[in-house]
Amino acid sequence: MGNLLEHMGVEKDRIHFSWISSAEATKFVDVVKEISDKVRALGPNTKLKKIYS
Amino acid sequence: MDTYTKKIREIAKDLLASQKVDRVIGFEMGTIPMAARPVSIESENDAEKLVFNSLCAMNLANYIRKPKGTIAVIAKGCDSRNMVNHVVEHQVDRENLVIIGVPCHGMVDKSQLALEVEGEITAYDEEGQTLKITTAQGELTFEKQDFLKDNCRLCQHRNPVIHDYMAGDPVTEQELEDPFADVNEIEAMSQEAKSTLFEDLTKNCIRCYACRNACPLCFCPTCFVDESSPQWVGKSQNKTDVDTFHFLRAFHCAGRCTDCGACVEACPMDIDVRKFTRKLIKDSYEMFGWEAGLDISKRPPLDTFNPADPDDFIM
Repeated sequence: MGNLLEHMGVEKDRIHFSWISSAEATKFVDVVKEISDKVRALGPNTKLKKIYS
Repeated sequence: MDTYTKKIREIAKDLLASQKVDRVIGFEMGTIPMAARPVSIESENDAEKLVFNSLCAMNLANYIRKPKGTIAVIAKGCDSRNMVNHVVEHQVDRENLVIIGVPCHGMVDKSQLALEVEGEITAYDEEGQTLKITTAQGELTFEKQDFLKDNCRLCQHRNPVIHDYMAGDPVTEQELEDPFADVNEIEAMSQEAKSTLFEDLTKNCIRCYACRNACPLCFCPTCFVDESSPQWVGKSQNKTDVDTFHFLRAFHCAGRCTDCGACVEACPMDIDVRKFTRKLIKDSYEMFGWEAGLDISKRPPLDTFNPADPDDFIM
């Protein structure tokens, strides 16, 4: 799914998949931090975004 | 392909007369030139309606789900793979299905052909690999090879993978140097170029859902686009809604699409929706070594778990 989104021109770093157990609080924090850093670096999303006007 | 038509009629007549099947699903000529349409016949007298030519690009696997009684159906290479899919996905029992296989020489891209001639096409005929088109200006002949549909050019399974009867001798399969050249070309593009390509691709979409209806893979009782509670995707002509529909429709075909091209054939706006599914075909081949519909005894990759499945995308 990530591959197809990338194929359509959505940046790969915008979509993430992870497997986190409910007991892995620190892993959750780490993953969220990593994701937000990557997405922040890309800037606001412009693809597949609905604009209401 | 007249020999095919003859043979198909013979087989159909025989099957119906001996009551081995309750109906035969095949193609008949439509009411306008250059159109073949699906037909279901229940009497042997109607077997004369059946035809097979390079216009029979629709996928008859779409008409065999949950049949009443036993049915016989005409299958090209790609259609037969969709029939395998249907058996694997429990949409039809193999015992209720009689497959009349047709080794395929490829189907004709009608819109490409229409661009070559001026004015309206009033008659169409084909002889072997030559197409004869009649317009107000007179008769023109074309080589079929020059007007094959894109998916037929890339087809590596022209012979039916399962069949009970064959309407002709098997044809030689095409050897392709790079079966995914078209996908690689897009993959090599920049993010922006890809984005523009797909935005342009779907800009004429009128959300008629013909691609979905023509697709034998789409058999959910309620499609995600028709559902209103919850509403998964907006129903408007908004570009994002259109793209979301195309993206999700394609993704539902992951590991199942046989590249039969029925979606493109059905599209009234000539959108090449295969651009989405081609990527998925390449991915399933590269990640799982999988080509859909080749083996009736195997479950599709997205349906099974294997510890060796690629998982490098999981953080």
